[in-house]
Amino acid sequence: MNWLLVAVGAAVGAPLRYLTDRTVQKRHDTVFPWGTFTVNVLGCLVLGVLTGAALRGAASDSVQLLVGTGLCGALTTYSTFSYETMRLAESGARFLAAANLVASVVAGLGAAFLGAAAAEAVWA
Amino acid sequence: MKPSQSLAVGESIAPEADPHVPVRRPGAWRDQGPVVAVVALGGAMGASGRYGASLLWPTAGGGFPWITLGVNAVGCAVIGAFMVLISEVRTAHRLVRPFFGTGVLGGFTTFSTYAVDTRKLVDGGRPGAGLLYLGLTPLVALAAVWSAAWVTRRAAAWRHRPAEAS
Repeated sequence: MNWLLVAVGAAVGAPLRYLTDRTVQKRHDTVFPWGTFTVNVLGCLVLGVLTGAALRGAASDSVQLLVGTGLCGALTTYSTFSYETMRLAESGARFLAAANLVASVVAGLGAAFLGAAAAEAVWA
Repeated sequence: MKPSQSLAVGESIAPEADPHVPVRRPGAWRDQGPVVAVVALGGAMGASGRYGASLLWPTAGGGFPWITLGVNAVGCAVIGAFMVLISEVRTAHRLVRPFFGTGVLGGFTTFSTYAVDTRKLVDGGRPGAGLLYLGLTPLVALAAVWSAAWVTRRAAAWRHRPAEAS
């Protein structure tokens, strides 16, 4: 049952990442990977809210597996993030590669803190 | 990109020479349906693998998230080799990259757990461990993707060398 929750959440999260990436990438003409950046930060925010809610007892184990491990885990990606960073560096865009690395880490961590703080305020 | 299969007499084989070859509209559901389906399937498989790893080697509450670090490192190494294989060594069916690259590897690796686990370490009174995890993961991930791509390129060049020399 737990496996099924993770698989179902991921079967929603992964296509959501793919479609969001396509939508975002169509709307700008820079080489910066805004699509992956967007899904990663969004996923960190949602998982931050979820962990905050879980801490207050507002999210069951099933919800955590479905939305956290499954959906947020598959919505976000480290493999594409590191591959795109490497491609930027290889193509000579070293500054953009470094900017992608730093901005993703800082924004992702910030979103995780923000989400958790918001959840802890709501479910105080 | 492969040229379309049915070419009229006199049409060019080179897609860039003929503006009518890539007639597929990228947004069409007829094209996107199968892609979205294999991304979903691959994502479910990859995430199940990540969940399986967390069950096999559970991390104690508040402990250093070695398993997520390992999962992300493995996923980054595999995508480095995979992308070189399908874009530089051989051509692949159009659903191979969405299924394996976007789906399986994207579902297997995770950025959200990385960020949230860092926050948990900091919040749990271990800011040093949190900072270490925050910096170590991208370092390991980039080293993994870069070295796997390098090894795959070298292996492909070595394999193709005798044929090209003769």
